Amino acid sequence: MSRRRHSDEGDAGSQPHKRRRTSEPIEIEDRLESLICRVGEKSTSSLESNLEGLAGVLEADLPNYKGKILRILCAVARLLPEKLTVYTTLVGLLNARNYNFGGEFVEAMIRQLKETLKSNLYSEALYLVRFLSDLVNCHVIAAPSMVAMFENFVSVTQEEDIPQVRSDWYVYAVLSSLPWVGKELYEKKDVEMDRLFNQIEGYLKRRQKTHVPMLQVWTAEKPHPQEEYLDCLWAQVQKLKKDRWQERHILRPYIAFDSVLCEALQHNLPPFTPPAHSDDAVYPMPHVVFRMFDYTDAPEGPVMPGSHSVERFVIEENLHCIIKSHWRERKTCAAQLLSYPGRNKIPLNYHIVEVIFGELFQLPSPPHIDVMYTALLIELCKLQPGSLPQVLAQATEMMYMRLDTMNTTCIDRLLNWFSHHLSNFQFRWSWDDWADCLTQDIEKPKPKFVKEVLEKCMRLSYHQRIVDIVPPSFSALIPANPVCSYKYEEETEIPLPGLAMATTVSNAIKNRASNEEILIVLKDVPNPNQDDDDDEGDGFNPLKIEVFLQTLLHLAAKSFSHSFSALAKFHEVLKNLTESDEGKLHILRVLYEFWRNHPQMISVLVDKLIRTQIVDCAAVANWIFSPEMAHDFTRFYVWEILHSTIRKMNKHVQKIQKELDEAKEKLEKQQNKKQRDSGDEEDMEKNSEDEEGQLEEQIERLQEKVESAQSEQKNLFLVIFQRFIMLLTEHLVRCETSGIDINTSWYKNCIERLQQIFLMHHVIIQQYVGTLENLLFTAELDHHILAVYQQFCALQL
Amino acid sequence: MSIKLNALFSDSYVDISQYRDQHFKGNRYEQEKLLKQSCTLYVGNLSFYTTEEQVHELFSKSGDVKRIIIGLDKVKKTACGFCFVEYYTRADAENAMRFINGTRLDDRIIRTDWDAGFKEGRQFGRGKSGGQVRDEYRQDYDPARGGYGKLVQKS
Repeated sequence: MSRRRHSDEGDAGSQPHKRRRTSEPIEIEDRLESLICRVGEKSTSSLESNLEGLAGVLEADLPNYKGKILRILCAVARLLPEKLTVYTTLVGLLNARNYNFGGEFVEAMIRQLKETLKSNLYSEALYLVRFLSDLVNCHVIAAPSMVAMFENFVSVTQEEDIPQVRSDWYVYAVLSSLPWVGKELYEKKDVEMDRLFNQIEGYLKRRQKTHVPMLQVWTAEKPHPQEEYLDCLWAQVQKLKKDRWQERHILRPYIAFDSVLCEALQHNLPPFTPPAHSDDAVYPMPHVVFRMFDYTDAPEGPVMPGSHSVERFVIEENLHCIIKSHWRERKTCAAQLLSYPGRNKIPLNYHIVEVIFGELFQLPSPPHIDVMYTALLIELCKLQPGSLPQVLAQATEMMYMRLDTMNTTCIDRLLNWFSHHLSNFQFRWSWDDWADCLTQDIEKPKPKFVKEVLEKCMRLSYHQRIVDIVPPSFSALIPANPVCSYKYEEETEIPLPGLAMATTVSNAIKNRASNEEILIVLKDVPNPNQDDDDDEGDGFNPLKIEVFLQTLLHLAAKSFSHSFSALAKFHEVLKNLTESDEGKLHILRVLYEFWRNHPQMISVLVDKLIRTQIVDCAAVANWIFSPEMAHDFTRFYVWEILHSTIRKMNKHVQKIQKELDEAKEKLEKQQNKKQRDSGDEEDMEKNSEDEEGQLEEQIERLQEKVESAQSEQKNLFLVIFQRFIMLLTEHLVRCETSGIDINTSWYKNCIERLQQIFLMHHVIIQQYVGTLENLLFTAELDHHILAVYQQFCALQL
Repeated sequence: MSIKLNALFSDSYVDISQYRDQHFKGNRYEQEKLLKQSCTLYVGNLSFYTTEEQVHELFSKSGDVKRIIIGLDKVKKTACGFCFVEYYTRADAENAMRFINGTRLDDRIIRTDWDAGFKEGRQFGRGKSGGQVRDEYRQDYDPARGGYGKLVQKS
């Protein structure tokens, strides 16, 4: 971090201390970038004097580097929203010294705003709007012209036939700027602002909120309602208005420069028409505001601002922005979060923990990869070892207490986080505090959670470790020792059919038999399902599959690598045995039977079986929903497998689509080249024609491949949804006829798993909505099930 | 519109380190090129008792793992405290470098680094006694890595 005093900045053209071959202007541009980016960081001088100094430097560099400075300032406006007011002050100072520059900056910002909106970069557009609005406070932009822009934004709510998420964004852009500029705008244009408020209020009253239940982390309203984001912000802005726009949290460096900035001439924003809606527009999805703490939770020190206070909004926004800027650098991110300006007046650790869990639990998906949050929390614990771990423990305890109403998808993420976190801290936890779960039915959320956490902890360590870390009273929740179950191992009274064959196969494999030799050996296995017509004996033979696979898995049980090798070596045999759909289903059954105590092994082997095309994705889906798997249906590992299977299917389609697109591009290039080269010698022309012909053939093949892959993908989702509907309908009907409450633990789990499919794969499923509606999610469906589908559709309306 | 603000948005966890494999067949430039495209990570400071299953569970948190190769003592053919983890995509490997490197596995802080790609033979330790070089010369007692360093043991 640069600690140069501002008197040094004057020698922008002085000698560098190393000889470089790069020319000076590039060095100067880099320095300008560095100076601008770093202003506002920790420094020996005050922020005001740093800003003053930097403004002086930039003013001096304007004649030669105006373009670069404009670009850098536009970029920080877009990419460093957590330092908004630092940069608006800087622009204010520059405008005061150079009116034309101020004008050019405003124009560049408007251009940038248009571009971000056209490119679907809605969060960046939001930061730009906020920046512009704060420029009113810095006397760069005239308040009436800002109000006019807001009026144009709000008039989007009058547009017809647009998705709700479009008008939502424009209203959000206005409301989320008001904490910064509400006071100023109201002072100058209260009549117009009141009119805007009425329009916004009317819009908020009539907009659809079907999507909300699907996005809530907890279904309970207490202790903190999970509010829809626009509703929450509206309440916060209304409260701010009632408080006459008195807002004391935002850092406003421009106040110190008021006498200078007052003298500046202001610019009018050019009239801004929001770009029209187009079909490629992808507006941000709605979200729910995650709250888990309130003023009763921080035992000492500063009080947490209320849920409808604007301070709460600003703090949360800024913390989210810091994470967005620095998520790749976990140490920097942690340091930046902990040095949040104004931290002395708020219980910062609580805010940080709440914001982080808010992101981790965000539905449909977190803004960043789950494991980032684990790593970030560990860094925060390292930097604040005396306080943060306690807040984290308190948060964990609170979430445990509220598991009964927590969304299943969020419980998954919680248990993944918690087990991974514990593995970094020697699994130390006060398990006894959770002894209440021991008296509950094991399917209830609390004991289930503990059981799944212990299973995940075991995967990161080993069975005995888990036995050692929990009190003896928890033994019922300890996972099974992950050993295999070889059915031909023990002596049974009546020898199992296939026992002798198993020994033969085992010996053959040990003697390095080839695939053909094994197949010959297996020909002698009798088929319990045999029809007399099936002379060849090539039909589905469950006993053959059992004998071979049990034996193979047993020989290879030592490790993942051993098992993978075994599957690879005998790929031919396995392919042969699983030609039919029944064969594919049975191989999964046998795999499960053998490894039922080691879900992790089942998971990785299913993955390999799919990747080596021994089973297809639909077979895995059918297996998961089969009656044999009913008792494991609510276990976490099953859903890990299903989602992993769906992801593989999706990646497969994407891959072939990409190949097709690349081939098409190649053809286009080829054709362009041909046009340019036409008139060349005959040989060359013929060669290029051949190439073109080959490419066209390839494209046709790939086109077919894509269609076939997409058809498989659609079929996979149809199978899954169909099975869900069958299971849920059965349950609902049974409950209705017996007069029992439908809301069993199983039902909550199942319906939320259905929701989870929609949420985790919403982009892909969107493509097949027509088919889904026609075939499955029709009006005749029980309304409990149909509601999930309708909520999903409401996400992008 | 888009300038990247290099001054600010670093991604230092993903940078290649100073380590270069001395047995690499090719020049420095070629090695560096491979490191910058690689989907394979070297993982060091493992306990000798850390299993493939544990490695798989941890490293799957940043994406689907294609393959794990446990490092072996050249003489004893037992695990000697390192492994390779190969991902299907570079992006998944980068997330491992950002979020798994420097955290614990089996109670030990592990270290990940880019690897130019697994080749047969690279799964063996290159220390004189058969394990890793670092275990030849270290002076401390590490029960998870065979106790004292080999040099200390011989003296």
